[in-house]
Amino acid sequence: MSNKNLSKDELLSIYRSMVTIRQFEERLSAESKSGILPGPVHVYIGQEAVAVGICAQLTDDDWITSTHRGHGHFLAKGGTPAALMKEIYGRETGICGGKGGSMHVADFSRGIIGANGIVGGGIALATGAALAAQLDGKGRCAIAFFGDGAANQGVMCEAMNVAALWKLPLILVCENNGYSEFSKAADVTAGVLSDRAKAYGVPSEQVDGNDFMEVWRAAGRAVARARNGEGPTFLEARTYRLHGHVESEHTFLPKAYREESEVEAWRERDPIKAFAAMLSDGIASAQELEAIEQEIAALVEEAAAEAAADPWPDPEAAFKHMFA
Amino acid sequence: MARLRMIQAINSALREEMARDPKVILFGEDVRMSLFGDTKGLFEEFGPDRVRDTPISEVLLTGMAVGAAAAGYRVVLHLMYANFLYTGFDAIANQAAKLRYMTGGQIKLPIVFMASCGGGRSSAAQHSDSPHPMFMNLGGVHVATPGTPADAKGMLKSAIRDDNPTIYLTAGGRGGSAGDVPDEDVTTPIGVSFCAREGTDITVVPIGSMVRPTLTVAERLAKEGISVEVIDPRWMVPLDTSLILKSLTKTGRLVVVDEARDLCSAASQIAAVAADQGFSDLKAPVRRLTVPDLAIPYSPPLERAVLPDAEKIEASIRELVSYKAG
Ligand SMILES: Cc1ncc(C[n+]2csc(CCOP(=O)(O)OP(=O)(O)O)c2C)c(N)n1
Ligand SMILES: [Mg+2]
Repeated sequence: MSNKNLSKDELLSIYRSMVTIRQFEERLSAESKSGILPGPVHVYIGQEAVAVGICAQLTDDDWITSTHRGHGHFLAKGGTPAALMKEIYGRETGICGGKGGSMHVADFSRGIIGANGIVGGGIALATGAALAAQLDGKGRCAIAFFGDGAANQGVMCEAMNVAALWKLPLILVCENNGYSEFSKAADVTAGVLSDRAKAYGVPSEQVDGNDFMEVWRAAGRAVARARNGEGPTFLEARTYRLHGHVESEHTFLPKAYREESEVEAWRERDPIKAFAAMLSDGIASAQELEAIEQEIAALVEEAAAEAAADPWPDPEAAFKHMFA
Repeated sequence: MARLRMIQAINSALREEMARDPKVILFGEDVRMSLFGDTKGLFEEFGPDRVRDTPISEVLLTGMAVGAAAAGYRVVLHLMYANFLYTGFDAIANQAAKLRYMTGGQIKLPIVFMASCGGGRSSAAQHSDSPHPMFMNLGGVHVATPGTPADAKGMLKSAIRDDNPTIYLTAGGRGGSAGDVPDEDVTTPIGVSFCAREGTDITVVPIGSMVRPTLTVAERLAKEGISVEVIDPRWMVPLDTSLILKSLTKTGRLVVVDEARDLCSAASQIAAVAADQGFSDLKAPVRRLTVPDLAIPYSPPLERAVLPDAEKIEASIRELVSYKAG
């Protein structure tokens, strides 16, 4: 897709992808709050244009690594929605057989090295996958998605150094949502994140992470560089998480850590609404968009019903998979 | 006496020690908001010089703890989940555990590396470990594994006042078990174990999170006439095996219960000491009830299958008390 304009079909499929993430996570959020999901859940609501904008430039052969907030990356890269839902429900039919849960969803057959419970943990893995991609010589690339908080792990700089030296096909996508858990970026992050790349001679760009087209175009440039052997790129996508850090946070936090007006202002800039508005401007009718939303709603309903009915894993399965 | 949960006992130890000694400083990720509640209110009380939120930079933080301690402060570093000790492992293993020794005893390193450990909440493999065994193997750090709120408080106070680095691990997430905690300034002596319940038929040694279920089982079995002695070692380093060996002279039977993986665990160390120094007292093999050598899985039935619990403790005790040699 990288150097042409998007067709109507492509645009609608992008819309479908963003709406899928949103609706699946709205369901997961509700299920988490009502206590149906066994473990902690971090949702990506509000950041969808980043994962979809980047992944729309990738193929199944490219690699991505993700974070604790990883459902969006998983779905955008082509992971199966129902298999994700079932994993988070802890069922045998989940993508990891119930072993990983929300923070470890992965599908290696689609290049999804997976979500990660260790902040910054995915960056080095993507760098290794980029090395493998370079050795393979087939023009693949590797993308590390990580947060503004993760950018404070030293490994981010170490990865840029090696990737720049070796011209690795690595794209560092820093999703700057302004918070590390409950700390504001201003309190824990010095300087401008995309500037950190400059010190290593890694080309960097800041993009509006809530604007699909802007993310997609920047991703196109970065992917082209990677595939052409020109080395790494750093993209800082400015965005916002509309939900809490973790869905259960209202049960334990002593006080609010951000202004309701701030959340409201970002809600106005909802990336999916903005994309829908762009499509409504002469590309697709309201009915067409609504049909997609309804189609996804049915999918979510079906996946949740199946997940709830699917069997729990056999306890014996706990003893499998430690070693190859 | 006050009835406190684990997390409240930790909070009051931190508050008291910070009030007592202005050299005590606390830092870590989100210690102001406090994910678990154990550092709640400390920023408001002691201010931004002594209580700091940090970036997510564990490699730096553990090293900074060593440097600040070497330069004269008593450092408490909160690492949130025990698995993140792995992220910051280098400065713990290569600096904190060795610097005093390597430099011929020139410095003291009063540091507490604290974190919440253990599973049971479907937090999956990267948020559920009980990693005390690997710190035991470093040699140069104390390892505290309190199993009750009173010990959580007393041991933390001791660790903060001590001039050595301590890994301080508590289970229970945002709450933990409730228990009586003395109001007075009570410290729990370092490297001293504790007889939590007297008995004559079998000795059970639970570690940290396993203390409470073990006591529950012991209570239940007493009604059937099975008399269980429970020895809580409290500190994995220095490990006090004197009460365990003394208990064995009475019971001749030993189960060690530990939420860590089995291989090279605290349980294997204690079992080795029993086999070595308690050999003539043993009437049955020493049992280790531990986590199989697996990562902790997410789904509840899988997690239940790998974690020790009251049911498994009871089964181990029953098996051993009915054991007849040859
Ligand atoms: C090594 C490590 N340290 C700390 C944590 C706890 N933790 C989980 S998410 C998070 C904040 C991450 O912030 P950011 O990278 O900006 O991602 P966001 O949550 O904003 O998507 C922290 C501190 C962790 N999971 N791993
Ligand atoms: Mg963030």
